[in-house]
Amino acid sequence: MKRSATAFRTGGAEYRPGATETDRPAHEALFVREGRVIQKAGGALLIAEAIPGTQYNEIVEVHLHNGQIKAGQAIDISDECTVVQVFGGVSEVDLKNARIRCKGETLRLPVTMDLLGRVFNGMGQPIDNGPVIVPEGYLDINGEAINPAARNPPAEFIETGLSAIDGLNVLVRGQKLPLFSGAGLPHNRIAAQIIRQAAVKGGDEDFAIVFGGVGISYDDASFFIENLRQTGALERSIAFINTASDPAIERISTPRLALTAAEYLAWQRDMHVLVVLTDMTNYCEALRELSSMREEIPSRRGYPGYMYTDLATLYERAGRVSGSEGSVTIMPILTMPDDDITHPIPDLTGYITEGQIVLSRSLERGGIYPPIDVFLSLSRMMKEGIGEHKTREDHNNVFMQLYAAYAEAAYLREISTIVGADALGSRDRIYLDHADRMEVRFIGQQETERRSVEQTLNLGWELFADLPEEDLKLIREEFIATYHPKHAAREPAPETEG
Amino acid sequence: MGKIWRVSGPLIIADGMRGTQVYEVVEIGDEGLVGEVIGLEGERAVIQAHEETLGLRAGEEVRATGRILSAELGPGLMGSIYDGLQKSLLAMIDSSGAFIRRGIQAPALPRDRRWAFTPSVKIGDTVEFGDIIGTVPETPLVEHRIMVPYGVKGRVTEIHEGEFTVEETIAVLQCKADKRELSLMQDWPVRKPRPYRSRRTPSGLLTTGMRILDYMFPLALGGKAAVPGGFGTGKTVTQQQLVRWAETDLNIYIGCGERGNEMADVLHSFRQLKEPRSGRPLQEKEIFIANTSNMPVVAREAGIFVGVTMAEYYRDMGYDVLLVADSTSRWAEAMREMGGRLEEMPGEEGFPSYLGSRLSGFYERAGRVDCLGAPDRVGSVTIAGAVSPPGADFSEPVTQHTLRIVGALFSLDTALANKRHFPAINWLSSHSQYVTAVRDWWNRFDPGWETTRAEAQRILQKESELEEIVRLVGPESLPDDDKLLLLVARMIREDFLQQSAFSEADTFCTPKKAGLMLKAILRFHEKARSLLDAAVPYETIRSSPVVARIARMKEIRNETFEEKYPSLREAIDSVLQPDAAGAPDPSRAEE
Ligand SMILES: Nc1ncnc2c1ncn2[C@@H]1O[C@H](COP(=O)(O)OP(=O)(O)O)[C@@H](O)[C@H]1O
Ligand SMILES: [Mg+2]
Repeated sequence: MKRSATAFRTGGAEYRPGATETDRPAHEALFVREGRVIQKAGGALLIAEAIPGTQYNEIVEVHLHNGQIKAGQAIDISDECTVVQVFGGVSEVDLKNARIRCKGETLRLPVTMDLLGRVFNGMGQPIDNGPVIVPEGYLDINGEAINPAARNPPAEFIETGLSAIDGLNVLVRGQKLPLFSGAGLPHNRIAAQIIRQAAVKGGDEDFAIVFGGVGISYDDASFFIENLRQTGALERSIAFINTASDPAIERISTPRLALTAAEYLAWQRDMHVLVVLTDMTNYCEALRELSSMREEIPSRRGYPGYMYTDLATLYERAGRVSGSEGSVTIMPILTMPDDDITHPIPDLTGYITEGQIVLSRSLERGGIYPPIDVFLSLSRMMKEGIGEHKTREDHNNVFMQLYAAYAEAAYLREISTIVGADALGSRDRIYLDHADRMEVRFIGQQETERRSVEQTLNLGWELFADLPEEDLKLIREEFIATYHPKHAAREPAPETEG
Repeated sequence: MGKIWRVSGPLIIADGMRGTQVYEVVEIGDEGLVGEVIGLEGERAVIQAHEETLGLRAGEEVRATGRILSAELGPGLMGSIYDGLQKSLLAMIDSSGAFIRRGIQAPALPRDRRWAFTPSVKIGDTVEFGDIIGTVPETPLVEHRIMVPYGVKGRVTEIHEGEFTVEETIAVLQCKADKRELSLMQDWPVRKPRPYRSRRTPSGLLTTGMRILDYMFPLALGGKAAVPGGFGTGKTVTQQQLVRWAETDLNIYIGCGERGNEMADVLHSFRQLKEPRSGRPLQEKEIFIANTSNMPVVAREAGIFVGVTMAEYYRDMGYDVLLVADSTSRWAEAMREMGGRLEEMPGEEGFPSYLGSRLSGFYERAGRVDCLGAPDRVGSVTIAGAVSPPGADFSEPVTQHTLRIVGALFSLDTALANKRHFPAINWLSSHSQYVTAVRDWWNRFDPGWETTRAEAQRILQKESELEEIVRLVGPESLPDDDKLLLLVARMIREDFLQQSAFSEADTFCTPKKAGLMLKAILRFHEKARSLLDAAVPYETIRSSPVVARIARMKEIRNETFEEKYPSLREAIDSVLQPDAAGAPDPSRAEE
């Protein structure tokens, strides 16, 4: 038993990124262990006789008398019994004949460059009628934690072409930056625009996109695939799609498969990978469902207490590591139940990710695209990605001043709805208009419009030109002299493309 | 030697464990994962695993070690980066690359490095626990004082000067019956507070360089502070600012269940940033613990205790140590998870009923003390802990328990952060009990600090009252003196309290500069009031060029501020003259 234990450990949980294990243990079949169900409990739990050598959390097969095979996971093991969570529920399991087979494996993804251009389901099986995958190795889909001391701080600016992001909430390579949306808001269109525009930048050969669709509709899935095809990025993409009608348990593995593929490309193939995961609210719902089946003590609103840690083990797979040229950037998309940002799903996500881009229903109603609420949005990695040599020297000042002026404007707009614009002084009235200009001209843009970061910053200066100059106190005087349209010795800021 | 009987996440139950003690460290399975006994039932031990248990199976061995979970203490701590179990993360890169593999050994103190030891006792001296027997220049910023370990007392029979590894003998003591060899290294059980002679009250300002803290909500040496706030409000940046600029002897930064990229940022920037007084790289006075959110949950607790143990150890050398923990909520959640696995009766929101006592047990290890041993010395541990309340709702258990323990609250406000007013510390809901403890410190070079501070607070309080009226009737219908007060309040908020951590000139503000900045604003208020009395319209004052000059005070460097202040003050005085402001001559206005 002892020897086999070691063999299985090697076959299962252990892998070294960089040194892919190529051959599965040939003697695997010899060590398949079997056990009988002794008692059935709950909607998805089986309590089986103790199967010696079962690993904690290993994937097992439940063989039914009718030949059907269900997958399950050993979630509690002891000398007395093995508790198996059955994916898809325990219906049709009969206590007399069902057998549990353990092979000592955790779920693994076959990896090769041939994954690019392919589409898989939430269990990692191809669904695009493409050729059989001939893997160069297998990776455990749970990955391994990056040693924090081996991380390189993300600092490379990604130009998305959207002013609300490039000007105010900058995305950098290796960051995890989610889109917080609401039902019916155009998060998919925004994500698609970002993929289109960021992917084009420099036309880098080493750029790849991994798409993870979690519990999404068929339409949403094909929208993304079609978008990738039109951009010509499909052959540099890998998609894992778990649709709303697929089993909920596969929503747990879908993002892990996507991230494992991304890690392979980034750490072993030195590629810059953008991972888009949508809709992570479905992932969290699946997590809650499985937790309640396990009869765990729930935390806030029924979500498991470990949801923070579980999400963190996904999102922390973003980054840059020393010894590799590649990077993993993650853009998860989630819909906030009831548009409530304090709901546990967006709340825990915001505590993990390096900021968030939040969409606003009121901007959307006001006809602004992209309806990005810049007050609620944040990029924590921004300061690393901007400035001289990266974007432009005045970027940080413009960013701070745009926020200050817009905050002032939003405050006065709120007051003026109560007391009327006449109850404001002349100075305050200037700011009222600023709020609208900010939303219509700066935040708002066309779905096909790709603004360079210079255009975005110049747009900011155009808005400043309408404000009292002495109010620009967050901007260094030398930048005012260089960039303020009233002083600028250079030709006027170029018109933005549209 | 026992055997695994059950595995459920980080909870392991092992058979055949008679003879082990609670909190004893055990090695689990073939890989020797680190675990800690947390309960005993006859032959069975309940164990919490500090490493990932995936793939373990029933029947694997569990080996008792006879040790309690302890921290290694000695030269080599400064500048290091550890995981929650005090394994060196840099050493781990050498042995396992960029990814963490469990079961890896990576001792806290390098075994091959040699340290120059200079004895301060001589043969024949009698020494005991806490006595300093010599020193090692650990980094150019920190002199490591080697102390006699716990429970040891004897006469020095040998003491050596020279270069030693942490394991080599530097001294031999003749204790009662036997000889005892001492090395540069000792250890200490992390859950047990280190003893001291007597406790003092916190006193003296822990200068942080953040105006809103130093001036408004001061933290005293030996104090305890909480930094609660929703996500994105500035907990991490505030704590990083503390360990960056605090005028302490050394700092300990515990990243507990938080982001890997943030740790990378701290590590990289601390290699480059210079300590202001010495110009040396900041990392020479820092110890980092990084147990990020994707690392094993149980080790979050170990990381907190390892950190505070190291803090006490340096305190005992006579140093002022600042410890920050980001975030204590993640540790509390780890307790909740273990409690759930143990099927304990949950308390509020599923947290175990001992949550409050665990938290206070941690914060109680802060303090200013007279250390044990000769020579006499005073040291302090100051603790600032971040709290991450779900939904930014401060009524939740971790925030509430913490608030009952700490002496200062830096309350982070989502609305301020959304407007990008940083630090987003709310000036109305924050507080500090250490005002009296730092009064003498402030008065030494800024007499009148207390009155200036009180005046600023009065203005901000009044602003929030006026704000309600503005929302009803609009700003224009206020009388001019109220409009002026709102202008001054805005100056205090935007030109004094607001301070970007990322601005080179303003990231650290000396207390001197802070005091002068606030005085300039209050002087403006005083002068402007007299103008209003002289019937000068508010609009004239509002558009005075000194308003813009005050707004740019921050950009003036600490070094030149004092020199430049008189001209600013003169400008305020001269511009705000009735005639200079173009006011009608009051005597003529009478006509
Ligand atoms: N003192 C500060 N100066 C400038 N920016 C700040 C400051 N505090 C916070 N920020 C901004 O807010 C963001 C979030 O702060 P952070 O400390 O990471 O929040 P938390 O830890 O509370 O989630 C930072 O990335 C930074 O952009
Ligand atoms: Mg933080």
